[in-house]
Amino acid sequence: MKENLDAVALESQSVALEAPAIRIRSQRKRLFQTFVRNRPAILGVFLMLIVLSMALFADDWFIAIFQGREPQPLLAPYDPLEQDTANRLTPPSREHPMGLDSFGRDTLSRVIYGSRVSLLVGLISVLIGGVAGALMGIVGGYLGGKTENVLMRIADILMAFPSLIMGLMVLAVLGGGLFNMILAIGIVLAPTFARVAHSSTLSVKQNEYVTAARSIGASNLRITRLHILPNIVSEIVVLASIWVASAIRVEANLSFIGLGVSPPTPAWGSMIRDGTKYLFQAPWVSLFPGLAILITVLAFNLLGDGLRDVLDPKLQN
Amino acid sequence: MARYIASRLILAIPTVLAVLTLVFFVVRVIPGDPATAALGDYASQEAVEALRERMGLNDPLYVQYFRFLADLVRGDLGTSMITGKEISGLVRQVLPYTLELTITAIFIGAILGVPIGIYTARHVNTSIDYAGRVGSLAGLSVPAFYLGILIMLLFAYKFQLFPAVGGGDLGDLKSNLSHLVLPALTLGLIMTASVTRLTRSAMLNVLKDDYVRTARAKGLSEQVVVFRHALRAALVPIVSIIGIWAASLVADSVLTETVFARPGLGKMLVSAILQRDYTLLQSVMVIYALFVVGINLITDIIYSFVDPRITH
Repeated sequence: MKENLDAVALESQSVALEAPAIRIRSQRKRLFQTFVRNRPAILGVFLMLIVLSMALFADDWFIAIFQGREPQPLLAPYDPLEQDTANRLTPPSREHPMGLDSFGRDTLSRVIYGSRVSLLVGLISVLIGGVAGALMGIVGGYLGGKTENVLMRIADILMAFPSLIMGLMVLAVLGGGLFNMILAIGIVLAPTFARVAHSSTLSVKQNEYVTAARSIGASNLRITRLHILPNIVSEIVVLASIWVASAIRVEANLSFIGLGVSPPTPAWGSMIRDGTKYLFQAPWVSLFPGLAILITVLAFNLLGDGLRDVLDPKLQN
Repeated sequence: MARYIASRLILAIPTVLAVLTLVFFVVRVIPGDPATAALGDYASQEAVEALRERMGLNDPLYVQYFRFLADLVRGDLGTSMITGKEISGLVRQVLPYTLELTITAIFIGAILGVPIGIYTARHVNTSIDYAGRVGSLAGLSVPAFYLGILIMLLFAYKFQLFPAVGGGDLGDLKSNLSHLVLPALTLGLIMTASVTRLTRSAMLNVLKDDYVRTARAKGLSEQVVVFRHALRAALVPIVSIIGIWAASLVADSVLTETVFARPGLGKMLVSAILQRDYTLLQSVMVIYALFVVGINLITDIIYSFVDPRITH
C-alpha cells in the first residue's frame, strides 16, 4: 500500500516537474498561432517588411561597402538628389511614377530613400527612450522612498506636455538635425516607459520569490536582472512596438515644421513641407510621401495591436 | 463636490509650478545670447551689454526666476525679442482662433466617435465593424498635417467649398466660420478615430457584464439596456480618454494651424522657435502648459460626475 502511495507521489512529482516545460512550449505555440490568426497583425508585418526592405535596399550599400565605391540606387529608380531642373514639377509618368519635385528630383526615389530617416528615428528613439525610461521606472519602483519620488515626479512633469510640444522644446534647446531629433523623441518617450516599468516593478516586487531571493542574500542587481526584468519585459516590448508608430509620426511632424534632417537628405515630413508650396499645382510632391508615412505608421500600429493581444490580453482595451 | 474641486485645484499648483520652472530653465539653456540674437551679429558690444542690462539678463538666475513668476502672476508676459510687441497682446489676438479650433474638434470627435463606437460594439465582427476599426486605426496613424492637406485639396481646391488658408475675421461670423470648417474637420476626424476606438472597446467590455445580461433578462428594451445601463459605465474611460486626447489635440493644432496658415498659438510657437524669439517661446510654452494642466483638471472633475464611485 505504502509503496503504491509512494509510486503515486513519485509519479505526480515527475508530472509536476515536467509540466512547466510542456506548458511553456505549448504556450509559445499558442501565442504564435494567436498572432498568425490575427489578420490585421499579419498585414502589419507585411507592410512593415515592405518599408524595411525599402530602407535596406534603396541602394546597394552592402555591395558598395566591400568594393569601396559610392552606393548606386538599387530599388530606387534614380539618385534621390539628382536634379532635372528642366522638368521640375512634372506630373507622374511612366518614367517617374510619382512625378518630379520642385528641383526636378524623382519623388519615388526620394520616398524610397526617405524610409531610412523614418525607420532610423522611429526605432532608435524608442530604443533610447525605452531603455532610459524602463531603467528609471525599475530603479524607482524597486528602491522606493526618495529615489522613487524624485524619479516619478520628473516623469510626471515631462508628461505634462504633449509629446510634440515637448519635442519642440527639446529641439529648441538642441537645434534640429537627425541625431538631436532622435534624442528629443527619446526624451519625450522615456516618461511613458518609466511609468509602466514603475507600476509593473511595484507589483512584481510584492511576490514571494523576490522576498525569498533577498532572504538568501541576492544583491539588488541580481534580483532586478533575474526576477524583475523578465517579468516586466513583455509589457515594455508591447509598449515599444506601439510607440515606434508614434515616434515615426512625431518625426514626420518635426520634419514638416522644418526641424528635421537638413536638406537635401530625403525625409517624408520635409518632402511634404516642400510640396505644400506647390500643393494645388503639383499635389503629387506632397501626396506620395504622406501616403508612405500613413502606411508605415499604420503598419507599426497594426503590429503593436497584434503583439498586445498576444502578449498582454489584459491590456486589450 | 466643491471641496473635491478645491482639493484638485490645490493639487494642480505644484504641477504648474514645476512646469513653469522647467520652461524657465529650458529657455535659459538654449545656446546663444538672447540679447545678441535680438540685435543681430553686427551690433556693438555696448549695445548688447545695454540690452542685457535692460532685459535683466545680468541679474542672478534666482532673481530672474522670481521676476519671471511675479510677472506671470500679474499677467505680464513681456515683449517679443524680435518684433518688440507686447506678448500678452499677441496672445490675446491669436488665442480665440486656437480655442475655437480645439473646442470644435473635441465636439466633432465626441459627436461622431461615441455613436460610431457604440454602433460598432453592438455589431461586432460585421463588415461595418471592420470598416470602423480600419478607419479608426488609419485616423490614429495619419499625421494631422497630411490629413489637413488631403482635406484642403478636396474641399478647397476640387470643390472650392471653403477657403484654404487663413483664419478669417473674428468679428465677421460668416468669414470666421468658413475658415474654421476645414481645420476643425481635420482635427475633429483625428479625435473621432481615437474616441471611436475607445468607445467600442469600453462598450464591448461592459456589454459582457452580468448586470447587462440581467437587464436584458428583465425584459428591458435594447435601447434602455445599451444607453441607460451599459453606456453609463462605459462613459468613465471614454471621458478620461477624451481628456487625454484633448491635451494631445492641442499639439496637433500646431500642425493644423501651420498647414492652413491659420493664426493661433501653434503657429506662434513654430515661428518663435524658427526665429529664435526666446521670450515669445517662453510665453507660448507657459500657455500650452497651463492649457494641458487645465484640461487634466477639467477631465478629473467631469470624471467625478460621471463615476459615482469616486468619493470626494
